[in-house]
Amino acid sequence: MQIYLPIAEVSVNAFLLLGLGGMVGVLSGMFGVGGGFLMTPLLFFIGIPPAVAVATEANQIVASSFSGLLAHLKRKTVDLRMGVVLLIGGLIGAAVGVFVFNYLKSLGQVDLLVRLCYVVFLGIIGALMFIESLRAIRKMRQSGGVAPAKRKHRGWVTALPFKMRFRTSGLYISVIPPIMVGVLVGILAAIMGVGGGFIMVPAMIYILHMPTKVVVGTSLFQIIFVTAFTTLLHATTNFTVDMALAVLLLVGGVIGAQIGTRIGVKLKAEQLRILLAILVLVVCGKLALDLLLQPGELYSIGDVEGH
Amino acid sequence: MLRLAAFLLCLLTPLGVTAQTEAVEEDVVLGLSQKRVRITANFDGSEILLFGAIKRNAPQPEGELDVIIAIAGPSEPVVVRRKERRFGIWINTESVDVSAAPSFYAVSSSRPLDEILSENANNQYRITADRAVWTLKSEAAFAEAVLRIRSNNGLYQRNEGAVEVAEQALFRSTVQMPANLTEGPYIARVFLVRDQKVISLHQTVIDVRKVGLERFLFNLSREQPLIYGLLSLAIAIAAGWGASSAFRLLNRG
Repeated sequence: MQIYLPIAEVSVNAFLLLGLGGMVGVLSGMFGVGGGFLMTPLLFFIGIPPAVAVATEANQIVASSFSGLLAHLKRKTVDLRMGVVLLIGGLIGAAVGVFVFNYLKSLGQVDLLVRLCYVVFLGIIGALMFIESLRAIRKMRQSGGVAPAKRKHRGWVTALPFKMRFRTSGLYISVIPPIMVGVLVGILAAIMGVGGGFIMVPAMIYILHMPTKVVVGTSLFQIIFVTAFTTLLHATTNFTVDMALAVLLLVGGVIGAQIGTRIGVKLKAEQLRILLAILVLVVCGKLALDLLLQPGELYSIGDVEGH
Repeated sequence: MLRLAAFLLCLLTPLGVTAQTEAVEEDVVLGLSQKRVRITANFDGSEILLFGAIKRNAPQPEGELDVIIAIAGPSEPVVVRRKERRFGIWINTESVDVSAAPSFYAVSSSRPLDEILSENANNQYRITADRAVWTLKSEAAFAEAVLRIRSNNGLYQRNEGAVEVAEQALFRSTVQMPANLTEGPYIARVFLVRDQKVISLHQTVIDVRKVGLERFLFNLSREQPLIYGLLSLAIAIAAGWGASSAFRLLNRG
């Protein structure tokens, strides 16, 4: 069944979109990630204009994160205070990101920016995850499953001013690093159409030294507000949020996520992580090839700005 | 007899369009299967049948008569960008503003255009798609790119032999409108051609617009972007919340 998307102005198969939503939903449920970093490139591949894909995906992430946040709030695994600090940074970042996005759109370089961001971040994160999960699996085999000792190294983060107590996380640190992390994630959310969980979760663990159990809930809290803000900014400045596209994706996505969560419980953490790393690297590789190989069509047609 | 046929055709089709009031010896009476294309939520293209008769005020002249039908979508300025290899990757470098390029352009003819239409006549009436894309001479490569890309997308079509002409008096043709249409007035022109010259031109408009939900969402997104954005968020949150509570119920039951 073909469906005509009112904002993207293309006609696509509704079942393809439901299927994509479902597939990415399963993966995001399995790995506990938002799935934006997979969905946005997939939307490029099926011919949705990048500007529409990025803006609409931000909207979809609100939906897929919301049910997750509810579960975490119930389990009290959300550090609201830290979430608000990250959020302040995130909102600033999102505003900067949308501004950069619109500026580059007028130069005709927005495609390049989005793709470059994907290649760089997916490449780094994928490679790090891959190496670390390989190491973890090797260690498990050698030492018979003893967890590695926790490092108590706090470093430069403790030396900064404007300290604040975060009771849920059991931290007393400066607000500067969390705000910086928030800004970075906000910029990425606006430019790449992702929630940014894949950057924020490692940053919370390795830079802010937050306890692992509050990391996911707190990042979901921040992601919902930042992506909601991004959606509004894109909707009011670029008019690129496609509601019909978002609805189809999120119907598939929320169902898929529930199934994925069930599959995820049955797999081991290391196996999950290495699978996710491979997936990230494959998407990254495909995008990198598009940039490196000579495209079949060197020319592209764009709208005149202000039209 | 021919006049009678034309008259009957006109009566039979409620959409029959009266010919232009130019004093020509041969004129077109045109009918369309639809004067409106509605883009609904499940729109996946449309087929338009154009048919008509040739009305004569004088005996039929010598030479074979041919019919060319050109349908043009709304013309918009576009930017055409060219990729070049810089720092090892392919990025957009040069760009050219094309002042007018129709969003859709289909030319159908009864015989190959080269055989029935002179260069002069084509220039004068801007019949083929390459005459409808306006750029400077020095930027011909960019204009060609527009023609190539849009031909590959099915937006620019050249259907030679797609117009059937019977008895030098009746003609019919179907034009496929693809799913990725943009809104606006589409101008259909019917040319009668004899001896490589255009002897008559008839013009009508096909209105292409979004209707229903498509229209509503599009208008809302442009006129009330904030409300549209908030509505998108509300739907997203409702869906996320709805799905998780639905699954919780399922698990309990």
